[in-house]
Parts: sequence; C-alpha cells; structure tokens
Amino acid sequence: MALDVMIVDDSAAIRKILHRVLVQADVPLGAVLEAGDGKEALEKLKSASVGLILSDINMPNMDGLELLSALKNQDQTRGVPVIMVTTEGSSSRVMEAVNLGAAGYVRKPFTADQIKEKLAGII
Amino acid sequence: MNQEKLIEMVRQATRDVFGTMLGIELTDEEAYVQESAPGPSEGVMALVGLAGRWAGSGTFSCSAESARLIAGQLLMQPYESIDDEVLDAIGEVTNMVLGNVKTALEEELGPMGLSIPTVIYGRNFTTRSVAKSNWTVVPFLCQGQRVEVHLCLAPSKEAGGLTRLAKDQLSAVLSILD
Repeated sequence: MALDVMIVDDSAAIRKILHRVLVQADVPLGAVLEAGDGKEALEKLKSASVGLILSDINMPNMDGLELLSALKNQDQTRGVPVIMVTTEGSSSRVMEAVNLGAAGYVRKPFTADQIKEKLAGII
Repeated sequence: MNQEKLIEMVRQATRDVFGTMLGIELTDEEAYVQESAPGPSEGVMALVGLAGRWAGSGTFSCSAESARLIAGQLLMQPYESIDDEVLDAIGEVTNMVLGNVKTALEEELGPMGLSIPTVIYGRNFTTRSVAKSNWTVVPFLCQGQRVEVHLCLAPSKEAGGLTRLAKDQLSAVLSILD
C-alpha cells in the first residue's frame, strides 16, 4: 500500500534530498507533499492526509516543535508518526521533541542509512 | 571561551557536514583571529545569528565556483550558474555547520538559538559588524578552493541576547547593501 508523506523544511535542498532518500529506501511512496514551515504544513494537512511526516525544527513562522504540538492536538493527525530531521542536537531539544510525541529524531548532517534505519522502525 | 577549542569545534562541524552530506574531504588551513569581519569581496556568503547568554554571528563564505560545486554535490546535479537552488544549498550547509557548532557550544555556554540563514551573492561587496568582539576565521581548502567559516561571539548584556543580535545582523546586512 502506498504511503503518502509530508516533508517540512524551509530548505528546498533538504526537501529534495529527503525525497530522494525515501525513494532510495524503497518506501512504497504515494504522494509526497512539501511545506516550507509548520504553518504551511498545517494548512496543507487540512485538505490532505499523510502516513508519515519528516520535519525540521528551526523554521520561520512556525517551527517544528510547534508543528509537532499542533499535530498531536488534532484528532486527524495525532496518530501520524513524525520524525524530526534537524541540526538541533542538544539533549533538551531532543527530549522536548520526544515528550511532544516525535517518533524519531535524526540530526543533520545525516546519511541515507540513518534515515532508512529510522523509517524501518516506524513503517 | 577557549580559542583553540572553538576552532576545533568549527573544524569538526564543517568536516562532518562536508564529509557526510557532500562526500568532500576538506583540508584545514591555518585559523586566525581578526578584529573586523571583511569577508570576501565577491562570491557567496551566508550569515546566521546566535543568541543566548552568549550571542553573535557566524558566516560561511566561498567563491561562486565553490558554491556551484557544493550545491552540485549536495543535490547530485550540475549547476552552471548561481541560482536560487545554489543559494538555498549554501544556506543549508551554513545552517548545518553553525547548527552543529551551536550544539557543541551549548555544552559550555548554555542553550542558544540559531537564526534562519541569510544568503548574499554578488561582486565588490563588503561586510561590517557593529559588534566589538574579535572574529575567529577558520579557513579550509575545498577541492583546491578556499572556503571560510567566521564566528564572532561575546557575552550578551541583554536578556537572551536577541535585541543585540538583531542589531548586529541588521548592521551587517545594511552595510552589504550600501
């Protein structure tokens, strides 16, 4: 069954790289939605549903932790696994994401294998 | 802040980003400290702000040719000119390098915030910062071309350092636009 995915990052380069990694990881991809920040992601999720979200933390308008919190407070998105892919590496930020319900945490810079490993544990 | 330790943090973060994301092995050049932040007179420069009990700015700069090479390695496609994708790629490389420096610094200096990168491309531009602190310059050779990471940090006198940081960044950008 195809998996619809959303990639949230203010860098188009990182969105492109993560899309490529998903293809390389043999994820049975359906639609791949992209958003440049948390606000845009929430807006797009009003009219679409996805089975996995990869999100940066440090973004303009609405950061990844605010997005994660909003997703976990909405019935239709509460169960969607969210993997944080970010340069934020301090233990306090990791714990904050885990406490908010993140399904995984990958630090930039990342290898394709690190992303695949996280995906394997979730999908 | 120990200067040698700071230089090693920058070297480690930069080598890590280039090795992992770009498949490029960097060669260290001699790092040094300077009073002002002249940066390059042309090419691509990305600037981020750091805020916390210590605050300041960090930059990554390189030639246009290196920027095209870096973007090409990151996105696995050739670039013949500097376009939005190349500038976005340099912004993201800067975000990763200085984001990892920030994480290392947080162990000593406490929690810090990192701003969204601003990327500048042009010829005959100069940069200036109103910050009084010295800049640590950490150069590398990237496939024969020089790339540099500049970092300026000082104890923040204002809560969170955000106001001072914003002033510094605004001054730097305005002097580029002059």
